[in-house]
Amino acid sequence: MGKVIVITSGKGGVGKTTTTANVGTALAMLGKKVVMVDTDIGLRNLDVVMGLENRIVYDIVDAVRGNCRLKQALIKDKRMENLFLLPAAQTKDKTSITTEQMVELSEKLKEEFDYVVVDCPAGIEHGFKNAIAGAEQAVVVTTPEVSAVRDADRIIGLLESAGIADPLLIINRIRTNMIKTGDMMSVDDILEILAINLLGIVPDDDAIVISTNRGEPTVLDDASRPGRAFRNIARRVEGEEVPLMNLEEKQGFFGRLRHMLRAD
Amino acid sequence: MNIISFLGKFFGRENEADTSKTIAKQRLRLVLVHDRLDVSETIMNSLREDLINVIGKYMEIDKASLDVSLSRDEAGVALVANIPIINVKRQPEVMKPIIQAKQATLGE
Repeated sequence: MGKVIVITSGKGGVGKTTTTANVGTALAMLGKKVVMVDTDIGLRNLDVVMGLENRIVYDIVDAVRGNCRLKQALIKDKRMENLFLLPAAQTKDKTSITTEQMVELSEKLKEEFDYVVVDCPAGIEHGFKNAIAGAEQAVVVTTPEVSAVRDADRIIGLLESAGIADPLLIINRIRTNMIKTGDMMSVDDILEILAINLLGIVPDDDAIVISTNRGEPTVLDDASRPGRAFRNIARRVEGEEVPLMNLEEKQGFFGRLRHMLRAD
Repeated sequence: MNIISFLGKFFGRENEADTSKTIAKQRLRLVLVHDRLDVSETIMNSLREDLINVIGKYMEIDKASLDVSLSRDEAGVALVANIPIINVKRQPEVMKPIIQAKQATLGE
């Protein structure tokens, strides 16, 4: 029996889909059989982030309504044998899946896969309720910004009242240089406010934009810093204890000089 | 003072308390107090019930027009309770054991 993990955030644009794609891929790299489910009906994106947009024939609504068999709707990844995507429907109505259908779908997928990673839509409406319906573990993605942390707090409250206890936090888009100058909340600042356990931290990095452009999850790139961060997260999901990565950015001459002056 | 903070001051950078991160944290704390209580009606209702019970030991209050709410300004968030008093008990329930104990020692 597999585990259903929902990736959520409340606020849009904090990196839910990127996190889903990378954590899903990284879990597959660890040898697990993984399916990523895009529940953002009407605004599907996980397919393009994964570079699988040209292979879609059926979608989640087809699978749930029996227009096709579940297996037919699953798209196998180009790079890995044990990684699959269940794409969202693009043209159908948001309410075309019920919460009960979502629970049923999760149960079916759990029998087949080690991990079912659910990409949740932004907001706290129907789509959110559906996405979390079949999940036993929630991962809340936030960024070090007031709006994102506020929404994360709201989501944590909603998850707890929905009976999904102990959600884990991923802090995305961290910029060490700004934290140093006091212009960005640090990991500790955010943990102090939200009071939940940390699953991982991901640096803000150009590699994400580039990998999304190419439709290649950044975890596949050994040299990518956010890639390493997401691989660490996958290992933690697997129960391994992995220390937080050092997010110090490469320093130029002035950076080193500043560092030397500071070491007093 | 190290060179960096000296240069910081020199170039007009604010001290630690004025960094934008500190401001962000402060604002978040306040907004979350509101969010968490607004979202959970049950917390406010349960607080109201408890207040009625505690105050009811000392005075008779108008439960119907009791109002408990949050008020906020720049400095912070405050819990404001407006509790109309109908009558104050001459001998509050909680005082009875204390008074009885006193009487007992006086009687000895």
